Amino acid sequence: MATKAQSAEGSDTAVANGGVRRRDFLNIAPVAFAGIGGIAALAPLIIQMSPSADVLALASTEVDISKIQPGQGIKVSWRKQPVFVRNLTPKEIAEANAVSLSDLRDKQTLAERTKPGHANWLITLGVCTHLGCVPLGIGEGENRGPYGGYFCPCHGSMYDTAGRIRQGPAPLNLQVPEYKFTSPTTVEIGASEK
Amino acid sequence: MSFSWAKAYEPKHPAMRWIDERLPLPRVVYGAIGGGYPVPRNLNYWWNFGVLAGLFLTIQIVTGIVLAMHYIPSTDGAFNSVNQLIMRDVNAGWFLRYAHMNGASFFFLVTYIHIFRGLYYGSYKAPRELVWMLGLVIYLLMMATGFMGYVLPWGQMSYWGAQVITGFFSAFPLVGEPIRIWLLGGYAPDQAALTRFYSLHYLLPFVIAAVVILHIWALHIPGSGNPTGVDVKDEKDTLPFHPFYTAKDGWFAGAVLLFYAVVTSFAPNYLGHADNYIPANPLATPAHIVPEWYFWPFYAILRSFTVDFILPAKLWGVLAMFFSILLLFFLPWIDKSPVRSGSYRPVFKRFFWLLVVDVIVLGYIGGAPINATRVAIGQFASAYYFLHFLVILPLVSAFETPLPLPNSITESVLHGEVAEAAPAGQTRPRRGSVATAE
Repeated sequence: MATKAQSAEGSDTAVANGGVRRRDFLNIAPVAFAGIGGIAALAPLIIQMSPSADVLALASTEVDISKIQPGQGIKVSWRKQPVFVRNLTPKEIAEANAVSLSDLRDKQTLAERTKPGHANWLITLGVCTHLGCVPLGIGEGENRGPYGGYFCPCHGSMYDTAGRIRQGPAPLNLQVPEYKFTSPTTVEIGASEK
Repeated sequence: MSFSWAKAYEPKHPAMRWIDERLPLPRVVYGAIGGGYPVPRNLNYWWNFGVLAGLFLTIQIVTGIVLAMHYIPSTDGAFNSVNQLIMRDVNAGWFLRYAHMNGASFFFLVTYIHIFRGLYYGSYKAPRELVWMLGLVIYLLMMATGFMGYVLPWGQMSYWGAQVITGFFSAFPLVGEPIRIWLLGGYAPDQAALTRFYSLHYLLPFVIAAVVILHIWALHIPGSGNPTGVDVKDEKDTLPFHPFYTAKDGWFAGAVLLFYAVVTSFAPNYLGHADNYIPANPLATPAHIVPEWYFWPFYAILRSFTVDFILPAKLWGVLAMFFSILLLFFLPWIDKSPVRSGSYRPVFKRFFWLLVVDVIVLGYIGGAPINATRVAIGQFASAYYFLHFLVILPLVSAFETPLPLPNSITESVLHGEVAEAAPAGQTRPRRGSVATAE
């Protein structure tokens, strides 16, 4: 049994209310309620794909660097990604510092890429900034490319002794992760300086 | 699809016309769940539960797909991947898992109401026999899917559920034990069983979805039934599915989803078993092992056979349990009464409600710890279940005098809203009736 407001004659009232009928409200309210509920229900379906708590818990890792001689480097795993920890020789440091910034694609000095007082410790992600392969050069006898740093076998990106891109398709220098020296011979990768 | 006055699809937008001319999918959808499907105008709320079953199937598939992104189907990793990884570590994992757990219960709940709706209103009768039988196929697939899903968390109930259910097959002489070993891929549930249950648990819901399409297709040939059971005669008897029933189904689905949200949020483990939070132990069975609630009536029938009689009791129990569902396939021929709706069948109606009570009693017995009294009650209730279908229904349909049917759906509706489904001549006004207004 339609009330007057819902029926055709009720349109008089509708005009009085700026063209809005009770029935319009009844339609909009539940559809909006259900629509917002439906959108809210989508959130769990989307956020479940983000890294889970157990993945985030592995966000930092400690590395003992006491055994690494000058000229040597090691590869460690951090967040399931390789990190290159390299003890640069004085010659490699000198080579890196000799390069003029204007010659670089991604302009950074060696000092900006190391910690003060630890200029010989070059710590970078072992992930080529082109498309994510692991460059060669951290292991004994691997091809270090013409600049003495790293050479990516996938598409030929060449990095210098400061891990900076010098030639090839990669756009950026090898990324320096957040890390700090917790002792003169221990580095915590993934930890901030503070 | 079903009636001559069904509106043909007329694309409102040129893009839809473009698609429709090349792939008439918009036309199919419009004819199936749009304005092109005429539905009897007198459907009551019991007719909402088919749509709800479809809704919960969708919820189960969506939450299941995302849970499968985190679940690890190994006997070492399954329990932790559910109870540690998904419940604690994955973002919103607890919500998705509880939604899936309780979604299964709600899927069965609305399906049971849907099935009993069909039993009361004679939805299995000509010309809808195949609709009914396809529905039973869906139900059997649901049972298989639900059981295998329950095994996946690899808790104590999961493990011993797998052991007991596959043990059914060992009841059959000669071939039984080899079949059981073949099903499990071993002598007891282990990695091989878990992996294949996971694979099939992912597959079967899509098979269910396919059979649902057949179920709806078969339904739309004669069109939906209605509470009077009288055939649709002309356009006055029907309303287009959209917007009338989409609106009614829509608001009711919202109400049921609220109830679902309350259970999922505030009592997520109410329908489960605490023992399933203990990792599977192949060397110790839990003291009280029962399946999920939706299997309880069948579990009661299984446990009711305690004495060897020609065949071993174990085999009788398994046969009776399978037969309790299989005989529903023959219902269109067991109940020969030409009157569909139970509202016009005074004797049938009483026995229908007795059956409902009987199934609830069976459910209680199936879920309760076993003792001598309960076994006796279960045996009586099991016997009555078969008596209802094999003896009472054929006799009632032969001897019952049905009430006079209304001449048409419209005529029954014109008695007024309250009396729309009441038998002709029984239009007693109820409290708050507005049938006489204006």
